Formats: sequence, structure tokens, C-alpha cells
Amino acid sequence: MARILGIDLGTTNSLIAYMDGKTPRVIAGKQGRAMVPSVVAMTDNGLIVGDPAKEHLVRNPERTIYSVKRFMGKSLADVSDELKYFPYKLHEQGGVIRIQVGEKTYSPPQISAMILKELKLRAEAHLGEDVRGVVITVPAYFNDSQRQATKDAGMIAGLDVLRIINEPTAASLAYGLQQKTQGTIAVYDLGGGTFDISILKLKQGIFEVLATNGNTHLGGDDFDRTIIDLLLHEIRAESGLDLSQYADQMQALRLEAERVKIRLSDDVKTQATIELPEGKGTFRREMTREQLEALVSDLIERTLSPCRLALKDAGLQPSQIDEVVLVGGSTRMPLVRQRVQDLFGKVPHCELNPDEVVALGAAVQADILSGGTQDMLLLDVTPLSLGIETMGGVMSPLIRRNTTIPTSAKEMFTTYVDGQTSVDIHILQGERELAKDNRSLARFQLKVPPLPAGVPRVEVQFLIDANGILNVTAKDVRTNQTQSIEVKPSHGLTDDEVERMIGESFKFAAEDLKARQLIEARTEAEAIRKATEKALGLGGHLIGPEETRAIRASLESLTAASAGEDHRAVRARIADVEKTTHHLAEVLMDTSLKEALQNKKLEELP
Amino acid sequence: MEQKPTVLPKRTELHMARSMCWHCQSEVTGEYFCEQCVKVQPLSKELDYFTCLGLPRLLNIDLEALEAKFYTLSRSFHPDFYHNKTDSEQAISLGNSALLNIAYRTLKDPIQRAEYLLKLEAGSAKDIRTSPPADLFEEILALQEDLEEYRQAAPSQNQAALEPLKAKLASDREQLEQRQREMELRLADLFNAWDLLHAQAESAPVDDRLRKERETILKGLRELLSNRTYLRNIITDLVAVMA
Repeated sequence: MARILGIDLGTTNSLIAYMDGKTPRVIAGKQGRAMVPSVVAMTDNGLIVGDPAKEHLVRNPERTIYSVKRFMGKSLADVSDELKYFPYKLHEQGGVIRIQVGEKTYSPPQISAMILKELKLRAEAHLGEDVRGVVITVPAYFNDSQRQATKDAGMIAGLDVLRIINEPTAASLAYGLQQKTQGTIAVYDLGGGTFDISILKLKQGIFEVLATNGNTHLGGDDFDRTIIDLLLHEIRAESGLDLSQYADQMQALRLEAERVKIRLSDDVKTQATIELPEGKGTFRREMTREQLEALVSDLIERTLSPCRLALKDAGLQPSQIDEVVLVGGSTRMPLVRQRVQDLFGKVPHCELNPDEVVALGAAVQADILSGGTQDMLLLDVTPLSLGIETMGGVMSPLIRRNTTIPTSAKEMFTTYVDGQTSVDIHILQGERELAKDNRSLARFQLKVPPLPAGVPRVEVQFLIDANGILNVTAKDVRTNQTQSIEVKPSHGLTDDEVERMIGESFKFAAEDLKARQLIEARTEAEAIRKATEKALGLGGHLIGPEETRAIRASLESLTAASAGEDHRAVRARIADVEKTTHHLAEVLMDTSLKEALQNKKLEELP
Repeated sequence: MEQKPTVLPKRTELHMARSMCWHCQSEVTGEYFCEQCVKVQPLSKELDYFTCLGLPRLLNIDLEALEAKFYTLSRSFHPDFYHNKTDSEQAISLGNSALLNIAYRTLKDPIQRAEYLLKLEAGSAKDIRTSPPADLFEEILALQEDLEEYRQAAPSQNQAALEPLKAKLASDREQLEQRQREMELRLADLFNAWDLLHAQAESAPVDDRLRKERETILKGLRELLSNRTYLRNIITDLVAVMA
């Protein structure tokens, strides 16, 4: 059985984890950091993902994509009010957002796939084996389109997505594994872009979700924006500059706002510093925790009503919750912890790193699927009611929210007109009465034999699988024949598009490799340059001026090559420097050997 | 699974849809797994929820035992444990889990349980009431007048002037909720009566008296359930208007 890994594909950061015996572990990169910033930079040399891409946010804002999770499974209209915060251009095609970078456009699943690939490479380097099977986490309140988009991203990245699981329930698995808890727990998960609350019952290794609720557009990004808006306003008042007109400065401002927010979780005051364009100098402002809390108080308040709704759906009072668990980087804010504590009347748990706990839980679920862990079972629910549009534009629910999955519902369809050969079916998700107020998931045409009205009887089964994803099948009751249905997703990629994107991703892979090689060559060039400078400082007097000049010259051409885009040129210059410094290295080696020997002799003297 | 005798002849006979293992074709004697090849067996689509969860067709249920059975069967059927199995087994696991989850959800809730039993025993879905039941007629009429007055007054008048109307609606609500509690007590009586009848039918031959008793209980259940649903909808509307 091939190993299955767990992936937390986050708004701000992503992680990959595996099961090491009975312990889930996150995989760190070369720099020792487990978190890969969910940032993708499209440079002239191809793709860069993660920490190095983050540097491009300011340098190259129109070509550097971040927070793409906010666009997964969404239409442009869904995100219209936050477009002004993003430096890259968005438009829509076939109900799906497309991100414009230079000449090319990318769907959100394609960008997510680039992040997934980076995680895949990292795991392969660490484990020394191919990685294919994965479990990917999504916010519990993600609808069908958003889940499907996540699954598409995995396929485009060349992964086999064996299960989509909910982030708060993944976290509960990690906690449950550690503490063998029994009882009722509430998982409060406030991440970079999404909020979830899940109420679970833990008993004899069964993790039964009783209710879930949330907001897939509320998180740390929104906290940052309150700071951004404040600083934008003050900078305009002070210097007359409208910083929002400068894409690069806006990114610098966004990153500073995020840092200020993070620092204020530990300190009660800090300073925001922004370099202004047009020679306007530097804007500095002291900010206190109290001021930040006043800015975000309403946002935090907005997480509490989903909590109350989830409790109501679970049929529980806050006092009946035994444990409260905090997940997601935004729960580091003291005010968030305080509000959660006030609501549930108990001190929340945060023993496990809130940034890593979801990935750890995904690794546990992966281990359950591969047959390793057998005593734990997660019974999750569908977060939103599923229904179809009926006469008069009304939503007729078939599966209620918070129903344990997998689950199914059947509906019989017939015709209204003699000889009618098809019935249009519109699938919806949501809690509202009218079809138009709910999320349109998909439409399809049911084929019926031409018969008098009311005679055809076609039974359609709506099945929500363990991933929370809808599958539709239809059967003609009279002939007992099943019919295949082509469901056209309202806000998702078609199968053909996903196929094409898988193909394209191989092309990107070649570009990825080029970019990666350049970064690695540049890093090595920098290390060699520093070492050579040091050697010259130590042993410059031991070699002739001619030789020193030759070394200097080779260093200069190395620097020039590094500024270029060809990794082979950089490699060639590195080899050059190594050759020219060969003698110097030998001289230094001899000297240090002599010194070492002399020291030894001295020490050995009585 | 051993077939528990139910009260009196049922209109829908239970079908044991399978008699042979889908995989090794041996005769299946195990409950959920073939005794020969240990492959999971599909639950019959005709299987009723009580049988699915190994319960007699009673209205008072031991919820702890129900949950324990649900957990045990979840461990048998859940797709998580079929990941390494064949496509056919995965499909069976998915279908069985879906049926199990729906069965558990239905039986866990006393109202849904009673509505389901009514459907099984009397062969039809619940009545949907569109006019108030006779004994609630006057109260509902009074409420609707108060509500209409409130709807017209709410946008224009100031909060202070609305207070007496609000108080009136609150007292209407309290009264209706009291009626709902009364209905639920009567439902509990019918639950007991049904379970008692069930026990009698198991120990004695079924005669006309029992048959008549059965009809009376089922009729009472149907009426109470539809009245309760009607009342609940009225209360939900009332709460929505006042919020």
C-alpha cells in the first residue's frame, strides 16, 4: 500500500504531513520551515512558489498571486467587493474566475495546483519516494463547487485526491489522537480567509460531527484590511498620497499590516513603518493592541453567530461543550481567544500549533484510508442543505444541512406535456427559500421517452459521498435502465477543461524546473562569492597581485551572470571561480594546517 | 438478520432482496457479510430503518443502544475502511453507509421516528394540514388578527407604541407553545400504547380487538403529528415576524 499524505491547502500558508509510525509529522523545507506561503509568482523564467515567491509580492505585484483560495469555486460577482484589494486582474469565463497574468489566464484550481506541486516535490525530496495519493483539507463550510475546485486542483497537480476532509474535523483528529478525549468538543477555526465552527461528539474512537457552520469569506485577510484602510486614510491625510494607486506599495502596506497585527498578539503596542513613493519619505505610526481590537471587534463578532447556530443545530447549550479547541493562525489574537472563552464559558485549548494541526489531522485521516490507523473513524456532515428548483423558483430541499455523509435522496420526475423528451433539473445548495438566493451548483437535462404527460417516471438519486461532493445518477423506473447524466457545473471547470489543464501543467513543470534551477544556482553563487571574499581577506597577502586580480575578475563575471536569467551561465561562472581560487584554497589550507600543527606543538609543550 | 414479528399484517412486506452472495454466489447466512468469502453485502433497498439498525418496530427507543449500534455498523460500512478494496465493494460500502446514516437520523428523532413508523404501518406519508385543527381554531384566529395588526403597525409606529402589541404576541406565543407541549405529552401516551400493543401481539394471537386498537392508535398518531407540524410552523412564523 503506497503511502498517502495529508495536505492543508490554506489561504495564506500550506503544509504537507505524513504519518511516521503512530505520529503525524509536518515536512519542513530546506530552510527548516514547514509552512509554504500560498503564493505563486509568474516570473519571466517561469513559476516560483512559496517563500521565494513572497519576495515578488512587492517587486512584481501584478504577476504574483496570493490568497487564491478565496476564489476557488467562485464567480466574479461573489468576490466583487474585495477586488480592489488584489493587484492582479480577474475576469470570468464559464462561471469560473480567471486570473490574468500577462498574456495568460489561469483558473484558481490551476494556481492551487502549483502550490500542491511544490508540496509534492517537498515531500518527495524528504521521503525519497513518489507521492501520488493525498488527503486535502477544505473549510467545513465549503460548498460543493469549492470542494470540486479543490479536487480539480489536485488532479491538475498530478495527485490522486483520495479524500477531501474538513479542516476543523481534521484538527479534532490530531487532538483526539494526542489526548484520547471523550465528550463534546467545539472546534473554532479562524484562518487566513475562512472561518469554521464544528461541534463534535467523541466516543470510543468515533468522531461524530453534530453540526457545522461558518463563513468562507472571513479570516485574517479581513483583519489586515481594516489596518490597510486605516493606514491608507491616514497617509492620504498626511501626505496627500493615494497609495492604492501604487500596486507595489499596496503590497508592502498589506504585508506591513499583517506584521503589525501579528506583533500585537504578543505586544501591546508596535510601530507601522511604510516607505512612501514620490520622495515623500517614511510614514510611521504607533499602533496599540487596543486600537487593533477596536478595528476588528465587529469581524470577530461575526464569527459568533455561526457558533450559536451550530450549537442550536446540535441541540446543545454552550455549557454542554466539554472542550473548545482553537485552530488557525488568527486564533493567536488575544481578543479572539477572549470572545471564544466568553461564549463557551471555558478556557480554549491551543496546545497544538494552530498553523500545523490541520495538516497533522489530514495525515491521520490519510493513515486511516491506507489501513494504518483502524481505531478511529470520522463521521462528518454536509454543511449546507441540498435541493432542486421547483415550480415558481422555489428551492425544494432534498438533503438537510448537518446530515451525516455519505447520504442520499431520491426524487421521482415526470413530464407535464405529452411527448416531452427532457426535464431540466437545477441543483441548488443553501438555506434560503427562493432558488435565486441559494448557490447554483449545476444544471442537467434528464432524458425521458416521448410519452403522454405524467407517464414517464425517472428516479434521480442525489448522493453526497464521504468527500461532501455530489454525485447524480438517474434510472428510468419503467425500463429499469440507468442513464448517465452530464452535469454542467455552474461555477466549476468542465471535465474537458480539467483534462486540458493537466496537460498544460506538464508544460509549466518544465518552466518550474528552469526557475528552480536558476534560484538554486543564484543561491550557490552568493554562497561562493561570500566564501571567496572571506578567503581573500584571510589569505590575500599569501598570493600574488596577478592572482588576486584574476579572482576578482571571475567574481565580477559571476555577479553579472547571477543577475541574468540563465542558470547554466551561472553554473559555468561558479565553476570558473572554483578553478581560479583553487590555489588560494590550497595556500589557506596549508597555512591553517601549519597553524594547527604549531598550536598543537605549543600545547604539547610542558 | 432475524425478522422480528411486527404488529399485524403489514401492507408492505419486507423483501429480503438478496439470498446469494454477489461475489462468491454462496448462500448468505451472515447479517452484513458473506460467511464464505467475508465480502460486505449490499443492504436491501427495501430494508426498513428499524431492521437496518436491529430494532423492533417500537416507538420508545433506547437512544444509547441505538447510538452504539450505529457506531458498530458505521465501523463495518464506512467508505474509509474500503479504500483498498475493489470498486464493487466500495460502491456497496457507500450505499450501505448512506442508508445507515439516513436510518439513524430518522430513528434518533422521536417525531421523525413516529412519522416513519406511520408510513411503514399505514402505508402513506404524513398528512399536510392547511387549515387549523378544530380545537385550535379560535386561538389561531386571534393570533392571526394580532399578527396582522403588528405587521401594519411595525413600520410606522415608534417602539413604545408597539409594546402592548408585542406583549400580546408574546403571550399568544406562550399559549401556543403550551399547546405544543400538551400535544407532545399525548404523543408520548400513544407511543406507550403502541409499544404495549406490540408486546401483546407478540404473546397472543392477533384478534379483532387488537386490530381495532391498532387502527385507533395509528389514526391518533397521524392526527397528532399533523396538528403538531401545523402548530410548529405557526410558531416559527410568529418568531420570525417578531424578530
